[in-house]
Amino acid sequence: MLVLDHLEIAQGAFRLSADLQIESGALTAVIGPSGAGKSTLLAAIAGFVAPVSGRILWEGRDLAGLAPGARPLSILFQEQNLFPHLDLATNLGLGLRADLRLTGHDRMAVSAALERVGLGGMERRRPATLSGGQQSRAALARALLRARPLMLFDEPFAALGPALRAEMLDLVMEIAAETGATVLMVSHDPADALRLAGLCVVVAEGRVLAPQPVAALLADPPAALRGYLVAPKN
Amino acid sequence: MADSTQPLSPALRIGVGLALAAVLALVLGTLAAVLARAKGFGALGPADWAAVRFTVNQAAISAALSIAFAVPVARALARRRFVGRGLLVTALGAPFLLPVIVAVMGLLTIFGRAGTLNGMLGLAGVQPISIYGFGGVVLAHVFLNLPLAVRLLLHGWLAIPAERFRLAASLGFGTGAMLRHLEWPMLRAVVPSAFVAILLICLTSFTVALTLGGGPRATTLELAIYQALRFDFDPGRAATLAVLQLALSALAMLLALKLAVPAAFGAGLDRPVQRWDADGAVPRAADAVALVGATLFLAAPLAAVVVEGSGHVAGLPASVWQAALRSLGVALGSGALALAMALPLSLGAARSRRRGWVEAAGMLPLATSALVVGTGLMLLLRPLTNVTALALPVTAAVNAVMVLPFCLRVMSPAARTIEADYGRLADSLGLAGAARLRILILPRMRPALGFAAGLATAMSMGDLGVIALFAGADNATLPLALYRLMGAYRTADAAGAAMLLLALSLALFWVFDRGGRIDAGS
Repeated sequence: MLVLDHLEIAQGAFRLSADLQIESGALTAVIGPSGAGKSTLLAAIAGFVAPVSGRILWEGRDLAGLAPGARPLSILFQEQNLFPHLDLATNLGLGLRADLRLTGHDRMAVSAALERVGLGGMERRRPATLSGGQQSRAALARALLRARPLMLFDEPFAALGPALRAEMLDLVMEIAAETGATVLMVSHDPADALRLAGLCVVVAEGRVLAPQPVAALLADPPAALRGYLVAPKN
Repeated sequence: MADSTQPLSPALRIGVGLALAAVLALVLGTLAAVLARAKGFGALGPADWAAVRFTVNQAAISAALSIAFAVPVARALARRRFVGRGLLVTALGAPFLLPVIVAVMGLLTIFGRAGTLNGMLGLAGVQPISIYGFGGVVLAHVFLNLPLAVRLLLHGWLAIPAERFRLAASLGFGTGAMLRHLEWPMLRAVVPSAFVAILLICLTSFTVALTLGGGPRATTLELAIYQALRFDFDPGRAATLAVLQLALSALAMLLALKLAVPAAFGAGLDRPVQRWDADGAVPRAADAVALVGATLFLAAPLAAVVVEGSGHVAGLPASVWQAALRSLGVALGSGALALAMALPLSLGAARSRRRGWVEAAGMLPLATSALVVGTGLMLLLRPLTNVTALALPVTAAVNAVMVLPFCLRVMSPAARTIEADYGRLADSLGLAGAARLRILILPRMRPALGFAAGLATAMSMGDLGVIALFAGADNATLPLALYRLMGAYRTADAAGAAMLLLALSLALFWVFDRGGRIDAGS
């Protein structure tokens, strides 16, 4: 279980507070207006932003003081998820061992992960030679390989078209189901949240609201979210 | 990312600490040594004050003339498209790598007593002109700094948004209106900082004054320091002169900081701005004169070095080849040392929250001069050991520190970009320490590293300053050997040595810069 215990985050004048818990294995969409702090919330969980106060706990363990790479999670950013000067096998290998001292077994695992996301045989390709969708798949393959129990997605598929994005969401759900990972996915699009068909966390007006079922939320959005979801009628 | 909560790794901390210690020791340590030995200004004679006046006057006039000539050239480059424009702009960056003593050799071939110009004047029955003294020093400084001035001003011209010129064209601006409303305001903003940048370079001029100046009427402070140490054996007076030199440099440096001198070797100078006001015959002719004139002025001395020298390289005596080998060793050692300091400093500045301090320390060498640092080292080392034996390592170390600000200007932005683009990704994967350096930083920084290494080695290769203070009869570097050949009127050997020095300096830069860029990946 992921617990945000009286968490307060500050970045300059911007403040965000969160006090909630997310069950292990849940698929949770994080939605809210731009600039509301969705990415900041994920950055705090991933260890890039130190909270002002409060705690972040995973399975009862306080994550404070753990470097980002030591936390029980993988994160996919909006962009720059792959090192452009390294081929796919090396990019994925970094997920297993940061110093790249890979065993034969590791290399087979890398190839299997590429195979799993539909990039079989592309070990030696550089990211620039791949399409946007293929790059997303490669980043996902690395998360799959790392097999950390918590997966954070900070809109990594935002640049993809709707069909491709739906495809990637399906892949995320499959991988989450296979590994039992808990997923937190930031999205701009309520349709993404519906597709994940799980819970939804709203970030708005400096607060992170407790998770609730997506369908119910979209049917009757809270005031903070209404302006964002519904175009005003003139 | 600047907001990273990750502390610097212990190895990086140590690297930053060592680099800072080296810079502070060589800049502030030598300064302290100089201050400790300096006598009161009362100890200075009229010749010393004449040196102060000469230093300031020649620097101010050299900078003013460089800028004045650069304005029409930069304008022509900004508004004309022609075959070879890109090459010309690139070539304008080369004087940075050109050993000053080689430039002087070239200028002597064209403007010297028996030079091309005097030959032509003689045919016309005009008295020969002399390149020695005030005029020659200014001529050499304009030759060396005109390209920098053109690049700085071209930067300003290209910073005017293209839309502004389009708007001006739609309003029917002629050349005069364009000048008044667009170009004059830009020049007013850019010229002062460019002037100070060149002033700073000319204030610390040593080689030009050594070769073309001298005597009571054309001695710069740097030259006076050298003479006080080398010929008068008067460390106290050298130290006092060094304090004066520092005061001048620091003053100009403060001015420069106020005016925020732009980086001169920026990219993006290769696109001309489309203009609609310059199609007339007069602007066309003016631009042609500016471009052809500047190209001739800058290319002729270099061509002269190549033409005069190429045939004499093979016949150079063994002592010159040995000097060349020594110079290569100094240059490579100096380059390695410069990068060993610049890499941790640029990485530390990119990751640390105290970026300002680290960067300021890295820029510190700009406020001093090679001869001042050399004087300080001489004062510190002479009681302890035989300084002549240390000439080469001391030269390499001083060269490395003096080139550090330029290396940082190239490497810091690269380090910041890597940190901004991939810092979080690397952190999230636990990529730290040596693995981060090997897998992320070195591969992605290679073009910047190569450029900085090329800059550092080429500048050290051509440097004639500290080595002149320290060297004995048998451990001269190539620039010093060339200077001695010139002084001995061994014209053929001097021409060959100049050609060799030019070729080695450019080759060093080319090899490292190319090595950094080749197959750098995307």
